[in-house]
Amino acid sequence: MSDKVLMKGNEALAEAAIRANCRFFFGYPITPQTELAAYMAKKMPKAGGLFMQAESEVAAINMVYGAAGAGARVMTSSSSPGISLKSEGISYIAGADLPCLVVNIVRGGPGLGGIQPAQSDYFQATKGGGHGDYHMVVLAPASIQEIVDLTGEAFDIADRYRTPVMIMGDGMLGQMMEPVTFENVGKGASDLPEKTWATDGTHMKRKKNIINSLYLQPEDLEKLVLEREQRYQVIKEKEVRYEASMIDDAEYVFVAYGTTARIVKNAIKTLRAEGYKVGLIRPITLFPFPEKILAETAKRVKGMLCVEMSTGQMVYDVRLAANGACPVEFFGRTGGVVPVPDEIIASFKKMVGGDK
Amino acid sequence: MAIVFERPHSLTDVSSHYCPGCTHGIIHRLVAEVIDELGIEGTTVGVAPVGCSVMAYNYFECDMQEAAHGRAPAVATGIKRVHPENVVFTYQGDGDLAAIGTAETVHAATRGENITVIFVNNAIYGMTGGQMAPTSLVGQITQTTPYGRKTETQGYPINVCEMLATLEGSAYLERVSVDSVKNVKAAKKAIKKAFETQIAGKGFSLVEVLSICPTNWGMDPIESLDWLRENMMKQYPLGVYKDKTKEGEE
Amino acid sequence: MNNQHNEIILAGFGGQGILFIGKVLASAGLAFHKEVSWLPSYGPEMRGGTANCRVIISEEPIGSPYIVTPNMLIAMNKPSLEKFEDTVVPGGYIAIDSSLITQEIHRKDVTAIAIPATKIAADMGMRKSANMILLGKFVKESGLMTLDELKEGVKKSVPATKTAMLETNFKAVELGFQS
Repeated sequence: MSDKVLMKGNEALAEAAIRANCRFFFGYPITPQTELAAYMAKKMPKAGGLFMQAESEVAAINMVYGAAGAGARVMTSSSSPGISLKSEGISYIAGADLPCLVVNIVRGGPGLGGIQPAQSDYFQATKGGGHGDYHMVVLAPASIQEIVDLTGEAFDIADRYRTPVMIMGDGMLGQMMEPVTFENVGKGASDLPEKTWATDGTHMKRKKNIINSLYLQPEDLEKLVLEREQRYQVIKEKEVRYEASMIDDAEYVFVAYGTTARIVKNAIKTLRAEGYKVGLIRPITLFPFPEKILAETAKRVKGMLCVEMSTGQMVYDVRLAANGACPVEFFGRTGGVVPVPDEIIASFKKMVGGDK
Repeated sequence: MAIVFERPHSLTDVSSHYCPGCTHGIIHRLVAEVIDELGIEGTTVGVAPVGCSVMAYNYFECDMQEAAHGRAPAVATGIKRVHPENVVFTYQGDGDLAAIGTAETVHAATRGENITVIFVNNAIYGMTGGQMAPTSLVGQITQTTPYGRKTETQGYPINVCEMLATLEGSAYLERVSVDSVKNVKAAKKAIKKAFETQIAGKGFSLVEVLSICPTNWGMDPIESLDWLRENMMKQYPLGVYKDKTKEGEE
Repeated sequence: MNNQHNEIILAGFGGQGILFIGKVLASAGLAFHKEVSWLPSYGPEMRGGTANCRVIISEEPIGSPYIVTPNMLIAMNKPSLEKFEDTVVPGGYIAIDSSLITQEIHRKDVTAIAIPATKIAADMGMRKSANMILLGKFVKESGLMTLDELKEGVKKSVPATKTAMLETNFKAVELGFQS
């Protein structure tokens, strides 16, 4: 018998977070991530932790700010409209250098949009969302097992670099069930820095700590922003994750992340059977973006096709990475419509013309 | 020679940015004296707001967090839930607490969140230069009510203590003033009681302090104090609005 | 359990237990070391409207969990049959509850499986088990897995504390298998 269990993405993420020693969850209900909060409500108290349903997404993210500032391993989760509300708080969290995990189970937008799967929050996740010079590390799992494995890593990355980390899935990943094992979820890496900055009371033994993002002197603020930018550079060097599949002999390469990458894999199977030499680069970290592998690959392939559940957001980063070395085309469905392999294949054939 | 007066240890030795005649300084001092007297500086974590007291994190000697505008009770909730043994207080103005942060205030109170809120009500937005506050009086002239606050368009002042008193979760609510020596002494007593309420684990405590803003009211400090007594106290009567601290002690 | 790549769409009214029988199949697959995925429709349509889920059981790692052209369809109401009948690949299987769907399966290039599951369930006094009866019949006719394997899936899908529920479900799939 297998030691794996069948779990929904939302629930598996919650279980992984608890196993990764997260003991504080602040949230607000929204489809399609609600099972995550419900699971937390059930299991957190049993793990000696706290689940709190806040009065709004705004309050929830600011509770995360307070708890993170107090030194806790803490998270929140939501879906697109809720993430817009949390974006103010995320900017403050980034500005105060606080570690935390934010989960976005993306649904169609803008506005209330819909509740079906989408990837149209890529810009928001990777280019800011909130105001100011900051980034979140953004992880984009493509399976329930990967959700579980990345959840543990997400907390470690957050603690290591004192940064908010986002796990971005889509409604399909949140709702679907796949077999998972939790054996690889760590309880926190042993080499994580101590949280000497936390506001847990001076106990009259140290100078006071201040959690803050306000610096009225431009030179002071610039210094801090540049120091943070240095950290982003280290993150770019050390934390890039991607999957490259069948790219060695590929003449054309698909670029897709999350659920979409799985659909593209089906298309690739068909195209390979027809004799097309095609491969896939699947960014797992959306920030830092796997620029290097894309730049290298762009130099030796005839073209790239970026597929997203949006009107084309990640494709901007793919084009920047390719830097003109090869054409980068785009195919997408949006509004909650999931692309099917046949239309991806058709789009690919249109791009390559008769070139096999 | 004996020292008869000195700076509270919980107050940092820096000059503040507050305007001359402003009563924020008095209120800061009262909070610091209470922290000293209760011997809780080492376990206290304060939360500063956005508004005039935005840099309160520089003035208290304990650990501090700076919150986004209106979010101090949510931030304090996060801190307190992680460290229930710590004493957590917020220091907020009227715009922060009763306009943009009304939801956070009401819900922290209704949860009975075991924190202490110091609410400074001066009936105006000071930091941004004197605009209407949710607590501005009917007819009060401000930068954004140049013809006086009209109820037809701007509605009525919010009485925070009275509103929060309706919530089961609030444990101790008192409105005080710092317009006179007598009232300053009473204010300190109330602030101390609020902290003690938290230490005893009784739940949400809030002290509303009627305060003056000579700069934006366009008066000198003496006139301001008179205006506070003659106008603000009518809209905002001093007194205890909720006291559950005696419950369970018979 | 057959070792093909099986893509199964299960569809019906909300409340018929469609998502549950999908979970039973996926759980059986998992118990016997297959790669599996289970993808539900979600949202307001979960209550009262049409519900469906997509289950893949395969030897290979699963690409897209979003099935477009299933090789197996279980339909428990007319709208579901109409919606998905034409998507089934030639040579596939379509199973329907003929007490709720009075029309014929018009496809001639698939194996049609019809059983009056709701009627049988009512006759046997196990009203809520029509889904399991249909499932048993479908599994037998399609050769997807053995009765024991299916029962393992049932066991994995029913909370350990609910032994009565487990017994009822065992009985229902057996009924389906025998009819």
